[in-house]
Amino acid sequence: MTRRLFLLLLGNRLALAGLLVLAVLAAVAVVGPWLAPYDPNAVDVPGRLAGPSWAHPFGTDNLGRDVLSRVLVGARVSLQVGFVAVGISLTAGLLIGLVAGFYSGAADALLMRTMDVLFAFPAILLAIAVLAILGPGITNAMIAIGIVYTPIFARIVRAATLVVSAQLYVRAARAVGAGDLRILLRHVLPNIAAPVIVQTSLSLAFAILAEAALSFLGLGVQRPDPAWGRMLAEGRDFVSQAPWMGIFPGLAIFATVLAFNVVGDGLRDALDPRQRSVIESRGQG
Amino acid sequence: MARFLLWRALQTVVAMLGVSVAVFLIVQLVPGDPIRLALGTRFDEELYQAMRARAGLDQPLLTQYGGWLARAVTGDLGVSFRSGEPVTRLLLARLGPTSLLAGAALAVALAIALPLGIVSAVRSGSLVDRIATGFSQLWISVPDFWSGIMYILLFALLLGWLPASGYVSPLDDPVRAAHHLVLPAMTVGLISGSVLTRFVRSAVLEALHQDYARTARAKGLSRWQTVRRHVLPNAWISIVTAVGLQLGFLLGGVVIVEVIFEWPGLGRLAYDAVVRRDYSLLQGAVLAIALMFLVVNFLVDLLYGYLDPRVRRR
Repeated sequence: MTRRLFLLLLGNRLALAGLLVLAVLAAVAVVGPWLAPYDPNAVDVPGRLAGPSWAHPFGTDNLGRDVLSRVLVGARVSLQVGFVAVGISLTAGLLIGLVAGFYSGAADALLMRTMDVLFAFPAILLAIAVLAILGPGITNAMIAIGIVYTPIFARIVRAATLVVSAQLYVRAARAVGAGDLRILLRHVLPNIAAPVIVQTSLSLAFAILAEAALSFLGLGVQRPDPAWGRMLAEGRDFVSQAPWMGIFPGLAIFATVLAFNVVGDGLRDALDPRQRSVIESRGQG
Repeated sequence: MARFLLWRALQTVVAMLGVSVAVFLIVQLVPGDPIRLALGTRFDEELYQAMRARAGLDQPLLTQYGGWLARAVTGDLGVSFRSGEPVTRLLLARLGPTSLLAGAALAVALAIALPLGIVSAVRSGSLVDRIATGFSQLWISVPDFWSGIMYILLFALLLGWLPASGYVSPLDDPVRAAHHLVLPAMTVGLISGSVLTRFVRSAVLEALHQDYARTARAKGLSRWQTVRRHVLPNAWISIVTAVGLQLGFLLGGVVIVEVIFEWPGLGRLAYDAVVRRDYSLLQGAVLAIALMFLVVNFLVDLLYGYLDPRVRRR
């Protein structure tokens, strides 16, 4: 399945471009600090608010820090928060969705009604409320975003588990004496992977946007660490004098989110045959 | 229809109760004493004890929740831990600006999504379709807090066409109010419109592929007649669902946009409450926005009944 999926993704030019952007981003996240031409936190007051030049291709900020270096180092923060937050949502959503879908009854009702309550809050507002309780900071931002996106994973996993649990092979496994855990791990989990993989990719885009929004509001990554959202917030106060302070971190967020979105769409097309057939028929139409 | 309405109303009330528990817990879960935190350097033992008693924080948890809920139902959400003003009064003052912004943003979103989504589905594979799909794909990925700042830079600072921030009530000066509304509504509306364009396109495309659409074409109806008479009435259900979901995004989106454009709405109030550690006010603002979201979704469900006779008969 992995090979087929990879080949299908390679056949989708947009998804392929998205994958390339993500590969570059991952490389930047790993080697960003060494790639950065300057120390991202080095203050140079005489050189403050300087426009893009050969020495500073993205210009300098209000403290004379090199914007390019800060954008490069900020990639690590964005990706780290995105992956950890989605990891939290995915783990919690899988556990909740599997239990709710597989056991049904009271556990299902209790878990899913709790998820419904979380769903009743606009995502960013819920993240702000969670951060109000936990306090600002990068770790708490990851937890907050993780909590916010748990219900969507739980719903998707539950729906897929309900369908898979009713399949003949699951009943056959039970008939030959397989335990719940074995059935869940060996039969249910591999068969609900497709929608979960698609949602993971799309959620990474949302999580990166959410982290940037929280850092923009001053609730995520704290000064002086470079984070794209934080840089945008600082750039906002100097938008007329030094628009580059906001333009470049914004472009970085945009490119990252776009890449995750097109890869997510590509995965959906590749993994969901119904959707794929619709798309193919559109191509023919 | 009555049974459907009653069932949805009951579900909404249950969801509201769940939301009330979650919102109530905000003050309880704050590490440390929320009133001590809010008072900060203004701490005074007498004032502190009075505020604790007034907020009911000296009672057992369940009693506190019961009392809080009973008061909340009558519109009493306590007083701001910071300013001492009634939370309900502060919320009501912000409800108008937020509703105006969310409504205007939704209008922008629909004005883009409906024509673009319908045309791109009907002319699937054409240049218009590719432009619409490209716009949708790109704008979904644009952070609203970035596009907002870029609009300020372009339309307010460089071109000088529109004010950079602030709010004017339409009751005081409708023209200036509209000027102040354009940029924030455009910031949220364009992003929301890009998401909706996808939904409209796929709903119309799906209906276009149904047998009844093919039959209508076979009977000799033109493509647009088929769309108007057969496709759109069937696609509305999916579109209305998507609009309902988008309202959640809109209400969330206004939090950030209100901060950027200094718009005195509920989102800005919630943000200020977090910054000032005014947890009773945060509780009220979060409750108000979540309830607005639930009520809007309930109203969307009522629309289903109107749009789809099958729902009415259930």
